[in-house]
Parts: sequence; C-alpha cells; structure tokens
Amino acid sequence: MTKSNVEFQAREIRPEDASTLFPDLKAEDFRMLHEGEVSQMDEVYEVESFWRDLHLRLRKHKGAMISLYVIVILIIMAIIGPLTSPYSYKEQIAKHESMAPRIPVIEKIGIFTGKETIQGRRGPIELDQYSKIPDGDKTYHYFGTDVLGRDIYTRTWMGTRISLYIALLAVLVDVLFGLSFGMISGFYGGRVDMVMQRILEVINGIPSLVVVTLMILILKPGLLSITVAIALTGWIGMARMARAEMLKMKNREFVLAARSLGARPITLMYREILPNIFSKILIMSMFSIPNAIFMEAFLAFIGIGIPMPMASLGSLINENFKSLTAHPYMIIPPVLVLALLMLGFNLLADGLRDALDPSMKEL
Amino acid sequence: MKKYILKRLGLSIGTLLLIILILFSLMQLMPGSPFNDEKLSPAQQERIRDHYGLNDPIPTQFVRYVGQMVRFDFGSSYNISKDTPVSELLKTRLPVSLGLGGLAILIGSFFGLFLGLYAALRHHRIGDTIATFIAVLGVSIPSYVFALLLMYVFGHKLDWFPMLFNAKLGFISYVLPSVALSVSAMATIARFTRTEMIEVFQQDYMLLLEAKGISRTRLILLHALRNASIPLVTVLGPLVVNLMTGSLVVEKIFSVPGIGQLMINAIQSNDYNIVLSLAFVYSAMYIGIMLIVDILYGILDPRIRLTKEAKND
Repeated sequence: MTKSNVEFQAREIRPEDASTLFPDLKAEDFRMLHEGEVSQMDEVYEVESFWRDLHLRLRKHKGAMISLYVIVILIIMAIIGPLTSPYSYKEQIAKHESMAPRIPVIEKIGIFTGKETIQGRRGPIELDQYSKIPDGDKTYHYFGTDVLGRDIYTRTWMGTRISLYIALLAVLVDVLFGLSFGMISGFYGGRVDMVMQRILEVINGIPSLVVVTLMILILKPGLLSITVAIALTGWIGMARMARAEMLKMKNREFVLAARSLGARPITLMYREILPNIFSKILIMSMFSIPNAIFMEAFLAFIGIGIPMPMASLGSLINENFKSLTAHPYMIIPPVLVLALLMLGFNLLADGLRDALDPSMKEL
Repeated sequence: MKKYILKRLGLSIGTLLLIILILFSLMQLMPGSPFNDEKLSPAQQERIRDHYGLNDPIPTQFVRYVGQMVRFDFGSSYNISKDTPVSELLKTRLPVSLGLGGLAILIGSFFGLFLGLYAALRHHRIGDTIATFIAVLGVSIPSYVFALLLMYVFGHKLDWFPMLFNAKLGFISYVLPSVALSVSAMATIARFTRTEMIEVFQQDYMLLLEAKGISRTRLILLHALRNASIPLVTVLGPLVVNLMTGSLVVEKIFSVPGIGQLMINAIQSNDYNIVLSLAFVYSAMYIGIMLIVDILYGILDPRIRLTKEAKND
C-alpha cells in the first residue's frame, strides 16, 4: 500500500473574517446561523497504511509485543542456531553420551558447568563427564548431549525449524485453500453454497486424529504425510469465517459499484472484498498456527512423526523423557522452546484480535 | 426443532457412512491377500474366497462391512495380540480410557469454571491478568509436557503418586494422568467462561436484579453463571477432540492400558484391523457427541432454537 498524505484544513467562516472579505460591511452585520455552533466541520486524518496502523495498535498490547519478540528470537535461533554449533544434528559422538550442559563464560558463575548430580546407590554423586574425555576442558555442549551422544543444542534448533515450517504451512493452507473455499461458497451462494457447506460439515465431522492416523497408514511417516494431514484438516475454521464475512460484504455498495463497472467475480472477490476482510483473515491464520505446531509435535511425540535421525521438538521430548529421572536437563530445551513457540503464537493471536477486531470470538 | 434434529441426524449418519466407506476402501487397497499360500490350487483359493464372501460384488461387501462395524464386529488383531478379536481388546481397554476422560472432564470443568468466574469478577484487575495467563498457558502447553512435569514432581521427587499406572492400586493411579489430561480442558473452559461472564454482567437484567436487592452470591451463581454456561456446551466438541489426542500421549507416558496406547502400538506395528476399528470408534464417539451438543444447545437456549428454525425454513 502506498502512503499518501492527504491534508485538508476545514475553515469555518466567522463574522470577523467577513469584514475582510466585504470591507463595507461590519462584523456586527453578521450573525451566526446557529449561535455558538459550528455548522460543519470536516476532519480528515492522515491516511495510515494497514501495517502502520496495525503496528500502532499492537504496540499497546504488552503481551503481544513480548511474544512477537520471542517468536522473532526463536526464528533467528532456528536459522543460525545449527550453524553456530560445531556439532551436526545427527552425529553421535562416541564417549560424549549424556553430558550435562556447559556454556562458556556462564560456567564461571557456577551454573552450566557441565557437572551434574546423580542419585547413586550410596547417595548423590557429582559427576563431570567433561573431565573424562580428551580435550574435555575445551568441549562445550551448550544444552548437553543425549544418551546417544548427540548435541541437544543443535537438535533443538533443527526441531524448531520443523515447527516453523509447519507454522508457515498452516498459514499457507489457510490462505490458499480455506480462504478461497469460504469466499467462493459465500460469493456464489445458492446451490454452490449448499453443496460446499455439506462437504465442509462432513469433513468437520471426522476427528482430525483419525484423518492424521489414516494418512500415516497410507503414506509412510514423514514430513510429507504430516504436511498432507495438516493440509486436509487445517482449513475448516478459515473457510467458515471467510464465508461468513463474504456474506456480510457481498451486498455492500462498493461491490455493487465495482460490479456495475464490469468487474469479474474473481476481481470482486480478491481485489474488492479481500482487502476489507484482511484483518479477520490475519487473526484467523494466526490462531491456526499453534494448532498445527501442536499436531506435528504430538505426532512426533507418539513416534509417528518425522523419522529418526531428523529432530523435531516432539520427537526430542519423546526420546529424552525416558531419561527424565536420571538426566532431567535433556528434556528442558525442547520443552521450553515448544512451550515458548506455542505461547508466543497464542498470545500474539490474542493481541492481534484485541487490536484489530475485539468482537471476534475464540474458536 | 424436529426438522432440525432430523437434519442433524441425517448429516451425522452420512458422515459416519463416509468414514466407513473410507475405511472399507483402505482395506480393499491394502496390498496382498490373506490366502496366497502356494500350496492352495486356484480352485481351492476360489472356494475359500467364496466362503469369506470375497467374490461378492463390492457394494454387497460394503453393506456387509457396514453391518459388521455397526455391530462392533471388528475382526481380529494381526500382530499385537494374535487372533484376539479386536472387540475383546476394546472391552477391557475402553472403560479405562473412558474413566480417565470422564475424570479429566470433571476436574477440568470444575477448575475451569472457577478460574473463568474468578477472572470475570476481577475484570481489568491483576487477578484477571493472572487467571487469563494461566489459561493461555494451559491452552498453549501440550498435555504431555504437563504429564511429564507432574510425573517428575509428584511421582519421582515427592513420591506421592505412582509414576506408572497400576490398575491394582485403583483410584490413586488415575490421579496424575487425569489431572494432566484435564489441563487443556480446564484452560479452554476458563477462557470461554470468562468471555461469557463478562458479557452477561453487562446485560440489563443483571442491573435489574441488583436493583431489586439480590445477594451477590445468588446473582452470580443462579443468574450469571447459568446464562454464561449455556454457550459452554459448544466447546464440548473441541474439548472431546482435545481429550482424544491428549489421551494418546498421556496413556503413553503413564503406560495406561487404554485405547490411546492401543492405537499408538497398532499404528507402529501396522496392525491395520485395530487402527481402522479404533478410527471408527473415535469417529463414532466424536460424531455422537457433536450431535448431542447441537441438539442440547437448541433445547437449552430457546433464542438459538428460534433463529435456527428461522434459518432452516
């Protein structure tokens, strides 16, 4: 959207001004038609672009802003995290099994020193795996390693990449499929709407758990089957909302105006109506992100998600929860990142709704 | 109303039939045949196929399949427990899962209502912010994270509850799994109750009641909560979905012998018969509950009944 400055200054004509316009008349010869009232006042504000307006409104929501920053940091870490680590996500380093987290500099203040206390037969024992390996004092595993000797730091950020891919996918499916389905259904109405709504209701009647498991049964577990499963189930909410909004919008004057100028249905839908329901679409697609991330992590957790050497936050939690009682540090990074991601997207969606459209209900 | 119920009923049956059709075609598409033993002559194979009705036209087979599904005759398990009828497996496992789910709903709705009510009464104050944040936390954090946390703190560190489910211990081993399962339900209900209560408090009839001098407790419990809880019926659908997915992971973590765990094992060991029958059971439960919710909603709130009727006519 281009930013254009439109400035009008409404001027009211007061009796004093009149004397300058007509020198032979005095101010007393005039009186206000409505005493004390200004009969007309035009106020024209500077045109704000949608994104600038959104930014201004969102800035007031502390929770949403904090979550936005958290999400941005997580995205940056997902991109650069694996690159900043000397270890690869699938490399199993011999003798580096189950090492506690150790971070340079911070270790000096006594935390993340690479030492861990485990429950031995004769009481607690303090263990320092780093002293047992060659070059141990120069080795750093920021989040520690798992029971197979893989660096948890690298794996966590690899898993975050998967979750972010799923988030992007959820938005794409929502916008490309759900939005078009709902808009077409609402725009054409009548029999088209009837058929499309029945299809929607039937698909909505199948629990997504069943759709997902059947997809995995047909395709092999992997990114493809998860993608298809999310594509099949994720768009229903958006389609419903887009239809409802379309029904509200399609009889408005500006649509009629465009129609009488000869706009084709596709232009009406995407150029005329879509910009007017954009904020609702934005909110709705934000709400579908946490659901999709949850679904992927859930599948990975029960062991039918991304296959082995690849890491996903869900599969990391699954692998490491077996050593929960012995080495609790292993499970903390993926749990924390997953929780922050989910919380961040949920709070951001809440904030967006409050800022743009408080009347929208939770779905 | 009658017309509406009939329409919903038709739609539900249609959906269920579609699901059975999908499951049936999956069965047809699975590669291989159960009778490809080389010792059997083609004539013998033909006779066996005849015996099991595999030579009948596909529609006839489908009708028979629907009949079997509706009578809960799901065939036998392939790998997990060989040749045991799936319905036998379900008979012992379903009550455990249903008990867990029921308990989770009870805990979730009690604390959810409480939290939502508290937040609404403290609207725009610090209590509201805290309660809302707890609710967002509950919605955002997957139930298995809570399950692991509970297991670590109350099972391992404090040792108050058994870490793994043990049917012999009775009720006490239900506590941790059902609490873990109830968190998302609690959060959903709390968020919903809060929005509804705030809306109800702004209504004119609340002011009228207050003007007539009703006590605060009566006002909240009898009038506000009652009106606010009607729309709560609508969250029951999403809630059941939450519980289904939640039960899979929670049962896995606490090794509860329920249908969720059976489902995971069956998917991992390619036990198609179990997966397909469980898919049917889950779908039937979901569709049934959605049907009840829709009908109940119409009965509970006359305003909705009227608008829905107007829309249908």
